[in-house]
Amino acid sequence: MKNRNWALILTMLTLLIVVSGCKKKQPPPPPPPPPKAPTAMLSADPTSVQAGQSATLTWSTENADDVTLDGNKVNTSGTESVSPTQSTTYHLTAKGPGGSTDATAQVSVMQPTPTPTPAPTPPPQTDEQVFNQTAQDIYFDLDKSDLRPDAQQVLANLAQAIKAHPNWKVQIEGNCDERGSTEYNLALGERRADSAKQQLTQDGVSADALKTISYGKEKPVCTDHNEACWQKNRRDHFTLLSH
Amino acid sequence: MLNKIRIYFILLFIPLVLPFTSAYAQDQIKTGTNMGAPLVIAVPDFKQANADPGNQPLIAVFNDTLWYDLNNAGIFTLVAKSFYPSQTPGFPNEVTLKTWSNPPINAAMLAFGNLGVSGGKVNVQGWLYDTKNEQYPQVLGKQYQENATVDNARKIAHEFANEIILKLGGIPGPTETKIYFISNRTGHKEVWSMDWDGANQKQVTHLGGIALSPRVSPDNSRIAFSDLLNDSWQIKMYSLDLGKMVSFPHFRGGNYSPAWSSDGTKIAFSSSMGTGASEIFIADSSGAAPRRLTTGKTDVSPVFNPRTNAQIAFVSGRTGEPQIYTMDADGSNVQKMTDQGYAVSPAWSPNGLLLAFSWIRHYGPGVLGGADIYLMDIASRQIVQLTHDGGRNDFPSWAPDGRHIVFESTRSGTEQIWSVLADGTHLQQLTRVGRNTQPNWSYR
Repeated sequence: MKNRNWALILTMLTLLIVVSGCKKKQPPPPPPPPPKAPTAMLSADPTSVQAGQSATLTWSTENADDVTLDGNKVNTSGTESVSPTQSTTYHLTAKGPGGSTDATAQVSVMQPTPTPTPAPTPPPQTDEQVFNQTAQDIYFDLDKSDLRPDAQQVLANLAQAIKAHPNWKVQIEGNCDERGSTEYNLALGERRADSAKQQLTQDGVSADALKTISYGKEKPVCTDHNEACWQKNRRDHFTLLSH
Repeated sequence: MLNKIRIYFILLFIPLVLPFTSAYAQDQIKTGTNMGAPLVIAVPDFKQANADPGNQPLIAVFNDTLWYDLNNAGIFTLVAKSFYPSQTPGFPNEVTLKTWSNPPINAAMLAFGNLGVSGGKVNVQGWLYDTKNEQYPQVLGKQYQENATVDNARKIAHEFANEIILKLGGIPGPTETKIYFISNRTGHKEVWSMDWDGANQKQVTHLGGIALSPRVSPDNSRIAFSDLLNDSWQIKMYSLDLGKMVSFPHFRGGNYSPAWSSDGTKIAFSSSMGTGASEIFIADSSGAAPRRLTTGKTDVSPVFNPRTNAQIAFVSGRTGEPQIYTMDADGSNVQKMTDQGYAVSPAWSPNGLLLAFSWIRHYGPGVLGGADIYLMDIASRQIVQLTHDGGRNDFPSWAPDGRHIVFESTRSGTEQIWSVLADGTHLQQLTRVGRNTQPNWSYR
C-alpha cells in the first residue's frame, strides 16, 4: 500500500517536471558562425596481411593543428609503416579550433599457417560428461512404447557415443506415469526400454553394451497429478553403469 | 446395455439365486445364499464366566470380532443389539427361546456364550441355538482354551464364527483366512499380512527394496512376490513356515506377478527373459524348467483357473490398451475376453466361473474414467460392475468362500485395502496407515 502511494507520487512529480520543461522551451538565439570543423581520413594498404608482414597507413586532415595516431603526435598528413602481430584498429584524431574528428583503419592479420588457433582448449571431457550430454531422456505417448521422431534423434546420437566408447555399459530404464496399473506398468516400462534397445542395436550398438530395466510407476521423477507431470514420467532414462 | 443384464450367479455348492427386483440393484450381482434370504441371527455379547479382572479386555475384543465376522459373512442378517432384552444368556439354562424367536427380535438362530480367564488361560464356551426348535435347540456347542491374550480372544472368535458359517452356510467362511498385501508404511514397500477383518497387521518381509505382487501358496506355507533389488526384478520366495526368505532361481530380465496353481505345483509369472519384452512363463513351483507360454509384448498378471488349473487368465497390451485374455495352461487357445477400455488384474473365482478384474471402461486421452472392479461370467461373457464409489479400484482377489473380494482403492484419498461382498454390499476399509496395495487373499 505504502509503496504504491510512493509510486503514485513519483509518477506525478515526473509528469510535472516533464510538462513544465516543455512549457519553458524557447527558440535559441542564432549562433555565431563556427570555425570550420576539422576533417580526417585514414587508410591502410593492404588492409589484410600475414603475421610479420607490414602495411602502410596513410592519413590526411584539414582544419586541424593537433593530429595524433594512436596517441602519438604526427604530422597533419603522412604515411607510416606498421607490422601488427594481430588484427589491429588504428585511430587518427584531428583537433582544431572547430573541434575534433576521429578516423579509423583496420589491418587484419592472418596467421601464417592454416592451423586454426586451438581455440581455448576445453578441458578433456569425462565419459560421464559426454554421456550426460548425449543420453537425454526420451518420452512416450500415453500407453505407447513407439519411439517418437525426437526420441529417434536422441538415440541416433547416443548410438554414436556408445560406439565411440567400447567400454560403456548403458542401462535403459523404462518408466510410466502413475495412472496405469502397477503390474501392467512394469510390462509397459519393459517394452519402452526394449524399444530404445532395439533402435540402438539397429544403429550398430552391441546388445552386450545395453541392459534394460522397467521401473513401472515405482520411480517417478514428478509426483503432481497432471499431464505435464505424467509426460515427464513416461520416459526412458539412461544410466552409465560402467566405462 | 449393462443395466438391462440380469445375471444369476451360482456360488460354489449353493445353486440358489436371487433375482433382482429394483432398478438400482440391476447393475449388481446378488450372491445366492442358502435360503434365498439371509438367515436372521441374534448375537448377544458373550458374558463373563467369572469375576477375573483379566476378562475385560479379552471379552471386548471377542465380542467385537464375533459380531464383525457374522455381520460380514454375507449369509446372515444380524438383529441389532438394541432389540435384545436387558438380561442376555451366557449359559444354556439362561436361554428363553421364545424371547428370541418372537417379535421384535424374530431371530431364527441365537449365538451366545461366555468367556472367563483363570490361571493364565482364557476359556470360551459358545452355543448356536435354533430358536424354533424347543425340543432340540442346540445346533452347535463349542469350547475353547488358549493362553489369555487379546490375540487369542480374537482367534477364538474367528474360529467360533467359522463354525457357525460352516454349519449354516455349507462352506467355511473367510474368518480364519489371511490377506497379504504391500505396504509402504516403513518407508519401503514390503509384504504385510492381516486377518480378514483388517486386525493383526504384521510386516512379513524386511528387504528394503521394492516388493510387489505378493501371492500366498495354496497351503499357506510360502509367499511368492516380485522384488527390485540390485537393479533387477526377480521372483522371490518367503517361507511362512521358516520365517525367512528361501531360494528361487534368478532369471534374466524383469520378472513380475507370480501366480500359484491351486495344487501348489506350478508358478506362472511374467518375464522378459525370452525376448526382452514381458511374456507369460510357467515353471515348477521350485522355479525349475521355466517355459514360455505367450509371445505377446506386454503380457503380465497371469492367474490360474483354481478349479481346474487347466487355464490361465492374463493381461496383454498386444493390441494397444491392456485387455484380459485367457488361454490353456500350455499356451494354446488364446481368447480375448475384453475388447475395450483398459482392463487389468484378473482374479479367477474359486468356483472357476467368474473373473473379477479392474476396468477403465471408457478410456483414452482426455476421457480417463475411474477404474472399477467388474465381474465377468466367463461362459456368457456377461459383465456386471461391482464398485461404484469413485477412486481407482484395482487388484481384486477372491476369498476362498467365493463370496468376498478384497481390492485396492483410492476412494479414501490414498491407496488402501477394502473388502466387499460379491454383491457389492458390506464394504469395509481394512487398512489406514501408509499406502497399502495389491491384496491377495489366502486359499484357506
